[in-house]
Amino acid sequence: MGDMLFQAACFAAATLLMAALAGVVISLAIGGWPAFAKFGLGFLTSSEWNPVTEVYGAAGPIVGTLVTSFVSLAIALPLAIGVSVFLVEFCPRQIARPVAIAVELLAGIPSIVYGMWGLFVLAPWFAEHVQLPLIMNAEPGSWQDKIFSGVPNGANIFTASLILAIMILPYMAAVFRELFLTVPPQVREAAYGLGCTPFEVIRSIIIPYVRRGMVGVVMLGLGRALGETMAVTFIIGNSHAFPDSAFASGSTIASTIANEFTEATGEMHTAALIALGLVLFLITFSVLAVARALLSSQKY
Amino acid sequence: MFDRMMFRQFLNGAFVVACGLATLIALGALILILWSLVQQGLGGLDLKVFTMTQPAPGSVGGLSNAIVGSIFMCAWAMIFALVVGVLAGTWLAEYGGDTPYGHVVRFLNDVLLSAPSILVGLFVYELLVRPFHGFSAWAGAVALAFLATPIVTRTTEDILNLQAGALREAGMALGASKSFVIRKIIWKSARAGLVTGGLLGFARISGETAPLLFTSLGNQFFSTDMSHPMASLPTTIFQFALSAYDDWRRLAWAGALLIAVAVLSINIIGRALARETRRA
Repeated sequence: MGDMLFQAACFAAATLLMAALAGVVISLAIGGWPAFAKFGLGFLTSSEWNPVTEVYGAAGPIVGTLVTSFVSLAIALPLAIGVSVFLVEFCPRQIARPVAIAVELLAGIPSIVYGMWGLFVLAPWFAEHVQLPLIMNAEPGSWQDKIFSGVPNGANIFTASLILAIMILPYMAAVFRELFLTVPPQVREAAYGLGCTPFEVIRSIIIPYVRRGMVGVVMLGLGRALGETMAVTFIIGNSHAFPDSAFASGSTIASTIANEFTEATGEMHTAALIALGLVLFLITFSVLAVARALLSSQKY
Repeated sequence: MFDRMMFRQFLNGAFVVACGLATLIALGALILILWSLVQQGLGGLDLKVFTMTQPAPGSVGGLSNAIVGSIFMCAWAMIFALVVGVLAGTWLAEYGGDTPYGHVVRFLNDVLLSAPSILVGLFVYELLVRPFHGFSAWAGAVALAFLATPIVTRTTEDILNLQAGALREAGMALGASKSFVIRKIIWKSARAGLVTGGLLGFARISGETAPLLFTSLGNQFFSTDMSHPMASLPTTIFQFALSAYDDWRRLAWAGALLIAVAVLSINIIGRALARETRRA
């Protein structure tokens, strides 16, 4: 009798987890429905977001989310691979362990800390030493002028991507390192025995060996960047316009929700924000699902 | 032939240098962040931060209401998360992990593990705030619990799978029921691992801001009433950091330093415990 009860309790707990995820989807779909019903496809394609006239088009935040995530991934990925390869292959063991532990610990630092650093340290520095000189030196009307235009306060899409990159870097480096450590030493030694240089061993043996897992980690990093709220909200500048230059202020889905939700002016504003949440959920869910499928086929 | 060898050596050298540089850049950026955190945070950190509540701009005050609020909500969240997470992890490890349903649960748990926390906040808003017409610390605790539970589930399953099969067989052979074996033998021998899972979950939620913004909202007064809005360290930092007042910003840095130190030490303790278990 107690046996049955205990098993039932365990089963109920496992089911509750599933119900939680289902609950997220259902509640977002119900809450966001008025916005989808009113604006239809225009919700995704229009970039007019105006709480005063009650017109909501989310193209600005959606594009902002995708751009910042992919740019941050492009910055963080080579660095993360470099760090993990260095730790696994080239670094003396006595240094590699503490550095690896430090990297893993840094992956746990709350994102609000990164956000504050971005706002108070990175943004002013960036505005003064990068943005202003670039704007000053660009000829009016040239392509540089277009790309670098924007308010020179350091709060823009590019600095937001930089912060995101710094945030996902330790996480990705830590998991890459674990992946590389799963490569059996025999495989590695065989390649060295054939006279390969370390670079060739890594490029032609180790990376192909864990390729699926690496794609999984990249997707996990992407999932993090897509859903990250606080680090971005501090520094992206919070404008709903379609980003038109690298240094334009913008917004992401998460930052829009964080900024406006408690101050939403009306039913439709709330509905539009929840609908945005559903869009974010669908994007991250597909990315994470692919990541998990790839990673679970490669046990690490 | 000689040229080819030179080229390969050169390529290799360039690669080693690039990897070293990447490590330097990454560590440099992270050290910069920690350095400004310590530099800016230590200045604002004194006894008043712990003993006084949130000040009006320009007057003396601290973060005690936010610190206590954070501890309350995290504690309740961990109680929910430990109960549900340990039971769910036990089910995956001991009962239904290999069934199709078990695979689905494990997969969705992994997705939930890295789902954007702000969406959990929206969900709990729809679930607990809107129907009851008010922000409350309960809603905040539930939102945090949703974030911690997948972590506890995952570590519980992993750690239970590491327990020796002979332990289970020995218990069964003495005539104990399966649930008795799990509760009295397996959980006991996996205790340190279960604590580690709890600590990792705790470290994760103690710095979470996004899910609290529209569940527990924040409160400028000292409150321990879970059915009303409650301040928390992360949301207070968010509010103070974006304000225009220098003394609020100083408090925000002090709070950020507190959170970072707390999260780092919880993680280090959890790790040390995990290492103990593996050795034992």
